[in-house]
Amino acid sequence: MEAIDTNYAGEGMYREFILDHFKNPRNFGTLENAEIRHREFNPLCGDQVEIFLKLNGDGAIQDVRHTARGCAISVSAMSMLSETLRGLTLREVAGMGKESMLGLLGIPIGPVRIKCALLPFYALKGGIIAYESRK
Amino acid sequence: MIGTRMKGLDVGKIMADFPILNRVVNGKPLAYLDNSATSQKPLQVMEAISHYYAHSNSNIHRGVHQLSAESTAAYEEAHSKAAAFIGASSMEEIVFTKNTTESINLLAYGLGSRLGKGDEIVVTQMEHHSNLVPWQQAAKRAGATLKFIEIDQKGELKMESIEGSITKKTRVVSVVHASNALGTVNDIRMIGEVAHENGSVFIVDGAQSVPHMPVDVKAIGCDFLAFSGHKMLGPTGTGVLFGRRDMLEETEPFIFGGDMIREVSFGESRWNALPWKFEAGTPNISGGIGLGAAIDYLQGIGMEKIEEQEKSLTSYAFKQLETIKGLKIYGPPPEKRIGVISFNISGVHAHDVAEILNGEGIAIRGGHHCAMPLMHLLGVAGSARASFYLYNTREEVDRLAAALEKVKKIFSV
Ligand SMILES: Cc1ncc(COP(=O)(O)O)c(C=O)c1O
Repeated sequence: MEAIDTNYAGEGMYREFILDHFKNPRNFGTLENAEIRHREFNPLCGDQVEIFLKLNGDGAIQDVRHTARGCAISVSAMSMLSETLRGLTLREVAGMGKESMLGLLGIPIGPVRIKCALLPFYALKGGIIAYESRK
Repeated sequence: MIGTRMKGLDVGKIMADFPILNRVVNGKPLAYLDNSATSQKPLQVMEAISHYYAHSNSNIHRGVHQLSAESTAAYEEAHSKAAAFIGASSMEEIVFTKNTTESINLLAYGLGSRLGKGDEIVVTQMEHHSNLVPWQQAAKRAGATLKFIEIDQKGELKMESIEGSITKKTRVVSVVHASNALGTVNDIRMIGEVAHENGSVFIVDGAQSVPHMPVDVKAIGCDFLAFSGHKMLGPTGTGVLFGRRDMLEETEPFIFGGDMIREVSFGESRWNALPWKFEAGTPNISGGIGLGAAIDYLQGIGMEKIEEQEKSLTSYAFKQLETIKGLKIYGPPPEKRIGVISFNISGVHAHDVAEILNGEGIAIRGGHHCAMPLMHLLGVAGSARASFYLYNTREEVDRLAAALEKVKKIFSV
């Protein structure tokens, strides 16, 4: 995978936009009456995200909130992901691969930090799978 | 090299024994400050292992041929070295395991028959998961209760909690000697006295103490001592369980099979002599021999000197890190700890600290250090941790401090 570089390390991933999302995460908070609510946890570093999705009548995402807590990579990934979700159908989100998540993040991610980068993505996927299986 | 020579210990000369310390990481010389996780290995250990494979490799205790006799002698000699290193009476009191975790699991199973409904097991709030989870499970199996000695604000055990938690109902007290998360060195001699007054078995987790200070099992008065060879210059896959002879005799083995039995019929078996009744199957022979070489190396330098040099380096590191605004160090002052410094920079996650340091060639750990309940108690998800060993220098500490300033700059905190 192109985005993975084993020699990659250090300050290069802390671009200004990453730090901006980390310090001011977009769509931070919770949603009452969210149809989808899902928590993922990385026991290795203690990073946590909970994601809340409100759907409209057509099964598309009307609103999104999250409570990402953790490192700059996982929080900014959640913040950036949350900005892309409004208006998408669950089917469209289900079709999204992890490459597009990494592409969205737009920085080189080493193998060590890939779990941080993908934690919000898995929270989103997990929430949708749980929702679909309840239906 | 400047700054490598400390009171009585020639760190420059020591460094030359560790080829990995010449590595360049991300364009910078490696500064390895993750010794609590595992230590680096000197050439002497690598050579002992390759010598064994090149000259004597064969199974132990099984053959009359020359190679088997040599392997058996070398493997047994490594047990004797470990015994002498911690002041045990003989090699019969030394069981080789693969790590501290296995040593403690051996006890959590092997002492199971001592535990019954309503009995109590006592550990502390600062245990590594490996001295917590096995006891949670043992308590569940027996219907016993697990109790915790509490820590105070400074990360030290509360005296009244030691006396309050250990009672006549206590069957096992298992306590970490030096905390891998806070660096705290506990007064285990005193805890052992309280345990024994109450008729309890007393176990010490020495994973972070045995590699860094003189530890004598008779002086600390423990029944069992668990530690890891790989944290004290030995190969990975090596660990030790010391048990006082009478205690080991009363302990049931928990892995069964070849080499641990004296006599087997189809119906029943009699256990082999100590320590072999606990070492079923073909053991990690080369690892054990490598551990013996590591012990020789440490004793050649002297554990007092190693402790002294680490203390001086830790005090120095404290002074350097305390000047960094927004950096909080957890745990007790340098006089009361081993060379472990756990800290956070306000507004920066420990993983990001570790990442930026890695870019500077500095290896530290960021996370919960396998002590999640403790981190929870401190109100943090994790911390960054620098941990030292005999080959670390003031120069590396200076690089650490400079890199932490860089972290602050990148995060504008
Ligand atoms: C205090 C303490 N106990 C136990 C362990 C477990 O050691 P091992 O992973 O070698 O089993 C560690 C290792 O980090 C430790 O620091």
